[in-house]
Amino acid sequence: MYSFEIESPVSVADAVAALGKEEAQALGGGQTLIPSLKARLAAPAVLVSLSKIDEIKGISAADGVLSIGGGATHASVAAEAGAYPALAALAANIGDPAVRNRGTIGGSLANNDPAACYPAAALASGATIVTNTREIAADDYFEGMFTTALEDGEIVTEVRFPIPEKAAYVKFEQPASRFALVGVFVAKYPDGVRVAVTGASEEGVFRWEEAEAALSGNFSASALDGLSLPAEGMMGDLHAAPDYRAHLVGVMTRRAVTAAQ
Amino acid sequence: MPKDHGIGAAQKRREDVRFLTGAGQYTDDISVYGQTYCAFLRSDVAHGTIKSIDTSDAEAMPGVLRIFTGKDFEGIGGLPCGWQVTDKHGEPMKEPGHPVLAQGKVRHVGDPFAAVIAETLEEARDAAEAIVYDIEELPAVVNMKAALEEGAVKVHDDLSDNLCYDWQFGSDQADVDKAFAEAAHVTTLELVNNRLVANPMEPRVALGEYNRANDESTLYTTSQNPHVIRLLMGAFVLGIPEHKLRVVAPDVGGGFGTKIFHYAEEAFVTFASRQLNRPVKWTSTRSEAFMSDAHGRDHVTKIELALDAENNFTGLRTDTLANMGAYLSTFSSSIPTWLHGTLMAGNYKTPAIQVNVKAVFTNTVPVDAYRGAGRPEATFQLERLVDKAARELGVDPIALRRQNFIDSFPYATPVAVEYDTGDYVATMDKLEEMIDRQGFEARREESRKRGKLRGLGVNCYIEACGIAPSNLVGQLGARAGLYDAATVRVNATGSISVMVGAHSHGQGHETAFPQVVAEMLGIDESMIDIVHGDTSKIPFGMGTYGSRSLAVCGSAMVRATEKIINKAKKIASHLLEAAEADIELKDGQFTVAGTDKSVAWGDVTLAAYVPHNYPLEEIEPGLEETAFYDPSNFTYPSGAYACEVEVDPETGRVEILSFAAADDFGNVVNPMIVEGQVHGGIAQGIGQAMLENCVYDENGQLLSASYMDYAMPRAEDVPFFQVDHSCATPCTHNPLGVKGCGEAGAIGSPPAVVNAVLDALNAGGMTVDHIDMPLSPHRVWKAMQG
Repeated sequence: MYSFEIESPVSVADAVAALGKEEAQALGGGQTLIPSLKARLAAPAVLVSLSKIDEIKGISAADGVLSIGGGATHASVAAEAGAYPALAALAANIGDPAVRNRGTIGGSLANNDPAACYPAAALASGATIVTNTREIAADDYFEGMFTTALEDGEIVTEVRFPIPEKAAYVKFEQPASRFALVGVFVAKYPDGVRVAVTGASEEGVFRWEEAEAALSGNFSASALDGLSLPAEGMMGDLHAAPDYRAHLVGVMTRRAVTAAQ
Repeated sequence: MPKDHGIGAAQKRREDVRFLTGAGQYTDDISVYGQTYCAFLRSDVAHGTIKSIDTSDAEAMPGVLRIFTGKDFEGIGGLPCGWQVTDKHGEPMKEPGHPVLAQGKVRHVGDPFAAVIAETLEEARDAAEAIVYDIEELPAVVNMKAALEEGAVKVHDDLSDNLCYDWQFGSDQADVDKAFAEAAHVTTLELVNNRLVANPMEPRVALGEYNRANDESTLYTTSQNPHVIRLLMGAFVLGIPEHKLRVVAPDVGGGFGTKIFHYAEEAFVTFASRQLNRPVKWTSTRSEAFMSDAHGRDHVTKIELALDAENNFTGLRTDTLANMGAYLSTFSSSIPTWLHGTLMAGNYKTPAIQVNVKAVFTNTVPVDAYRGAGRPEATFQLERLVDKAARELGVDPIALRRQNFIDSFPYATPVAVEYDTGDYVATMDKLEEMIDRQGFEARREESRKRGKLRGLGVNCYIEACGIAPSNLVGQLGARAGLYDAATVRVNATGSISVMVGAHSHGQGHETAFPQVVAEMLGIDESMIDIVHGDTSKIPFGMGTYGSRSLAVCGSAMVRATEKIINKAKKIASHLLEAAEADIELKDGQFTVAGTDKSVAWGDVTLAAYVPHNYPLEEIEPGLEETAFYDPSNFTYPSGAYACEVEVDPETGRVEILSFAAADDFGNVVNPMIVEGQVHGGIAQGIGQAMLENCVYDENGQLLSASYMDYAMPRAEDVPFFQVDHSCATPCTHNPLGVKGCGEAGAIGSPPAVVNAVLDALNAGGMTVDHIDMPLSPHRVWKAMQG
């Protein structure tokens, strides 16, 4: 780990100010950034810890929307997001207890790891990512692996999830990291079904629109019969070739639909 | 009622109190006055020529004391190999140099070529990054078959090729040829035994300290065998005589074989501490461990079994390529030969067996012993092959095994070893009872209704443990004796310190060894402590590996305790004014036979050290005895294992539902520790079968270089184990009748897992002959696609 300064502001405004410093970087729960620092793969001059900002930790449901502060940990989402059970279940199965007690939803969405769970939930729910400066629709937020619409110094303060009628997330774990080798989040709303896939594509999280169309007409696993994704564009690595990932997207989508009944 | 004392008692491990409460003292916990820190600069290419290393900027950085490169080690010995294998033409194996820091070339990712000593660890790391170097990358050779091709890139320019040795062993060629020529059926299998990284919880650490006042060096290190390190490093690398070199291996957080070997970092910190006259400490990062701890396994094998018309095994031949990596690690050469070829008979009376092994240099991390070391590779080949033969012949795999079991002992195999005892029918009977085999088809049907494919896999295993008879291994090329030693020091008031050559790093010696002495003397275990891990305190023993500690070091301890008893009886006979032959020792009392005259253990020990009333003209005062023990044969633990799995046909994901192990370990001192050893071994075996895989790309880059890609087994990956060791045939040639249990689980479990998955797939209507480990969902799914 290289040396750095650390600041621990207690308000979003102070955090934004601190992030204006030369080579400053925001630190959420640190579950990605700290290992990178330890491996000397990152060298920020200033780390701005967001973990003491209470105003971005709240979780509340009102008018069919679940609002989660960007600084809420996975463990608190698992415990307090009862209004959206599929989301609470997703949070309860991220990483291990240590990860869940430190990692935050804002950190996960800002990092946009192509195998992370939360991006699938946000995209499938048509969530709104709220920052210190604006509101971004999930459809406009994810721009490819590790890339988002966030500007430098912008902080995810809240994520607003419209609560669906039915939803489920099914994750097929990569054997080593236990990240999603393929994860599929299915959410049924009055105006249609949304299906978001994480872990699979070279472009990061994406919506499987064919499946959404089929499921919007008939929300059952059989509606997906005959549908499949091409292997092209899927990730290939030690743990899965592209064709296997494409196959798993189909299997996990069917399972998610069944689980959502 | 189960015993709560002495041999056979399931005593809780006393060492766990300190391990579980954070009071363990590991090497990294040790810091000494004036300590400096070391960071190695390691090659990031698999093969390259070192054109230049410029340390001038780095040397000027804050806190930097000295930077070493390979040039500083010119004229100093390299790391030795402890076993010289002779090839099939009678020629010695090729033995390339292995400098402490790379000279001229780097040969694998992670090969250290410079090292910085600084006041703090961060300063050392900063300076290591500031070293300017030019390494011209050369094509790397990674694949063993490619490495043996004509014109292949050479790992070592001074060798004629990448073949370390071509070794052949076993029956006469004519006998093997005849068996195959006359066979009614031949089953052939090609398989890979996947490369593994041992991944002990504690990474390696080395701290070198030099005392200018008496010219002594001390090395604190994460080792399974401090005397082996002292011998190798002192005599072969640095030229430090034994009496000026102390090696301390304190608490060690798991070894699994990879902490047997003498590593460059140990020699480096010792050397550098003498140069600087400051202590030098190195602590491996987990990333360094992946690219510098010796790896395990990595065999590619073709094996063939000949059977007659009645399905009797008549011949076996096997051809293996064994990866040595870039250099010969300490015992690397012996693993695929003497610890592998000698096990190819397995549990079967196959009369003609031939083993061929080509050991190959590649641009990868050196490969050496990992829990089981050669024996898992032998077991995997043989037990996969027998299962395949059963499927081809349409016979029950258990029945085929039973039909060919060795059933009389001693049994001399065609591959040099003689099994003293065993009862393979008994362990298989026990296994079938444990797994409710009769109920399996009903369970399979129940799984089928849920859309899952259920399979049952079984295998047997035999291992050669209690390593090893020195005269035999000497003939086979070992450059060390493999005895062990123990000193029993009885103190004046009767408490005892037992100094042992074996090292405990998870085996529970500190609990089990006192049980043996307590049983022999009839005193409480709380009066006995085990001292290990420090060459300045213990007699010259060879350490812990090859499931040898109790069979070899424990035997030395028994012999030393017998000497103690003999002398104590002499003292007691004097105190009791009776004939020595009439003295009996029971429950800590020396009694004159047939009388009520007795003296207590403590009276005798006190007399030995306060010899006011003592036969000084006949015996010396004091009560301390040492014994060295060299076994006359290996021990041969054996058993039968079964695994039941469920395969998800949609994803290829395998769930292990149950695992049962029926082992014959001979006599058992502490059944709880034995069960724990088997649990750990099976977990590692399941890890190899299902999850673990060390993978290089074609350029020699290590792809599985962290836990993000190297899959370790976790609690949720293994079922509750059923283990049994009631089918005991005691070893005939050591005093305790023990065989060793440390490696059995890792040796015996991978074939059962793979056999179970293949049973599930084939019973589910697919035709799948083999899947290479690990059986990842992707591999199983691919196999199911045909």
